[in-house]
Amino acid sequence: MKSRLVSLTAMAGACALLAMAVAGRAQDVSGGGSAAGPSAAAGKEVYEQICQACHMADAKGGGGAGAEIPALAGNAKLSDPNYLITILVKGRGGMPWFTDMLTPAQMAAVSTYVRGHFNAYPEPVTEADVKRVIDGGDGPGKPECNSCGK
Amino acid sequence: MTELSGQTRRELLTMIGKAGGAIAMYQAMTALGHAAETQFTGPPKLTGAPKGASVLVLGAGLAGMAAAYELTKAGYKVQILEYQDRPGGRNYSLRGGDKVVEVGGATQTVGFAPGNYLNPGPWRIPHHHRALLSYCKAFGVELEPFIQLNHNAFVHNSKALGGKPQRYKELAVDFKGHVSDLLGKSLNAGALDKQVTAEDKAKLLEALREWGVLDKSGNYVSSIDVSGQRGYDKAPGGGVGGAPTPSKINGLSDLLNTGVWTQMSFFFNYVMQTTMFQPKGGMDMIGKGFAKQLGNIIQYNAKVTKVAQDDKGVTASWTDIKTGATGEAKADYCVCTIALPVLSQLDLQVGPAMKAAIRAVPYAGQVKVGLEMKSRFWEEKYSIYGGHSFTDQAIGLISYPNNNMFKDGPAVLLGAFANGAGGFQLAGMTPEQRIETALAQGSVFHPEEYRKEYMNGVSVAWSRVPWMLGCTSRWSESARAEHYQNLVAMDGRFVLAGEHASYYGGWMEGSILSGLDAIARIHQKATAA
Repeated sequence: MKSRLVSLTAMAGACALLAMAVAGRAQDVSGGGSAAGPSAAAGKEVYEQICQACHMADAKGGGGAGAEIPALAGNAKLSDPNYLITILVKGRGGMPWFTDMLTPAQMAAVSTYVRGHFNAYPEPVTEADVKRVIDGGDGPGKPECNSCGK
Repeated sequence: MTELSGQTRRELLTMIGKAGGAIAMYQAMTALGHAAETQFTGPPKLTGAPKGASVLVLGAGLAGMAAAYELTKAGYKVQILEYQDRPGGRNYSLRGGDKVVEVGGATQTVGFAPGNYLNPGPWRIPHHHRALLSYCKAFGVELEPFIQLNHNAFVHNSKALGGKPQRYKELAVDFKGHVSDLLGKSLNAGALDKQVTAEDKAKLLEALREWGVLDKSGNYVSSIDVSGQRGYDKAPGGGVGGAPTPSKINGLSDLLNTGVWTQMSFFFNYVMQTTMFQPKGGMDMIGKGFAKQLGNIIQYNAKVTKVAQDDKGVTASWTDIKTGATGEAKADYCVCTIALPVLSQLDLQVGPAMKAAIRAVPYAGQVKVGLEMKSRFWEEKYSIYGGHSFTDQAIGLISYPNNNMFKDGPAVLLGAFANGAGGFQLAGMTPEQRIETALAQGSVFHPEEYRKEYMNGVSVAWSRVPWMLGCTSRWSESARAEHYQNLVAMDGRFVLAGEHASYYGGWMEGSILSGLDAIARIHQKATAA
């Protein structure tokens, strides 16, 4: 198969954001040091490498035990771009924040893709829109570290 | 400090316990050199349950079953509702013939040979997880060592040393060698004279020479002595050609590109330190061990749809997912261990503070892939027995089986334990794509054998597990500060338990400790009433 995984070799500027340190993490993790987020700039690729893990390739979500991961396709709440950006920046419910995995440009690109491709909201979301939300609130989430020795 | 005899020490602790309660006793035990490793001081001794008192437990994972086991012992009437057709929750193992059905409907049937298994959830137990270990002992769950640190396994970084995997021991020895070399030079140049006394400086220089295996001039260079740690080009032998030849160290820049300190510090983590354990025959032996003690109080295939409470008790509505039958379970109190991404969407009669807390905890979404191989080539050709080979690719690592070493016949490798971005990437794929990716990325360690020896595989993407919608809770600092106490506090007659209600997120120990804490508070309330 032609792997859809991007090569993790050319991370350039994104790397600084992605230092999800393995040291001191209280949870069970691989220790491989592979915290590299996608290097893709295109919203479609970011969606495929991150979002569809939960929201599924068709963006229809799903579940089973009386609970579901919400559909992004045909989701009227996404008419407000700030709604989507805020969830990406802060997380919501079981969904984590993505500020330590995606750049503002990537968050803007994937927001534009989700709103335009799976919904009928063609106006693009810009990097400036994302930065405004990041700067405007009380900042993105920060994973806790029970044994960092900080 | 003065050593006390066992008897005297116990008397003292009992006295402190009576005078100041559990916290004082715990602090005193810590001061006496006991118990610093765990908050577990033995199973709760609950006595005097009110006649006819009952507790409903939602979820037959370890938190729920530990709670049910101790409550039953204390005299409570206990019933458990469980969504699946088996006990254990995330504590489970996949074997030949088992089916894995994901959100979206993708279905895999496991093809492993008899005796082989994958632990999709928990897979290793720290030696200080005393609550879990004590139940394993009590229930006769046999444990075996889990090989955590294997100096002979690989570290692969796609950006270092031409992308060629290196043995951990070579990189780790080079790292401490180069660091010792540089720190020694810095000390000798007087750069640290303000920070280090002359006496300490002399000791530190000696330590660096020994620890870093430096030569007489304080340099870290290729030598037979250094090879005594990082391995040889030609290993020592017998007779005429027995003399070894040294291996060549990596230069500082090459070494730094590998990022090996990530693995070195990983092994220093409190929860990652050797010795670690696994149950013989699969992790689900623990869940089964609990279930065996509980007898027939677990109702399987029961999907909880609603939980209501008033000042008399708790009522949970359920639907049997096999037959469609519905019913209600009633009890005086309720311990709920349903995973928060699911619980947050149920009709739940609790106050706004607990509701907000239930919605405030993000979950991580790990992916595991099990690959069954025809032979144990990692042992036969690479001298790797258990442990992990790490990579910066999405799969995170491959991990070698700790059981059946030196045997012939097929064995199951952990072909991926993907976290973070790698976890999302793998979870978003179809099961077939995940296997292909695991084979492609894992081949970097064993290029000759990996695809040739591959027989079949299975993947579990936790974000697509219908009854979890995630793998483990991942509290943020701010959510913990704002919501944790609201999450664990009793709301009327209803209390939550599970790894999410602990400071051991994602660990079985956290589940059990939270279950025990929840029932201690129920018991207190029930006996005070």
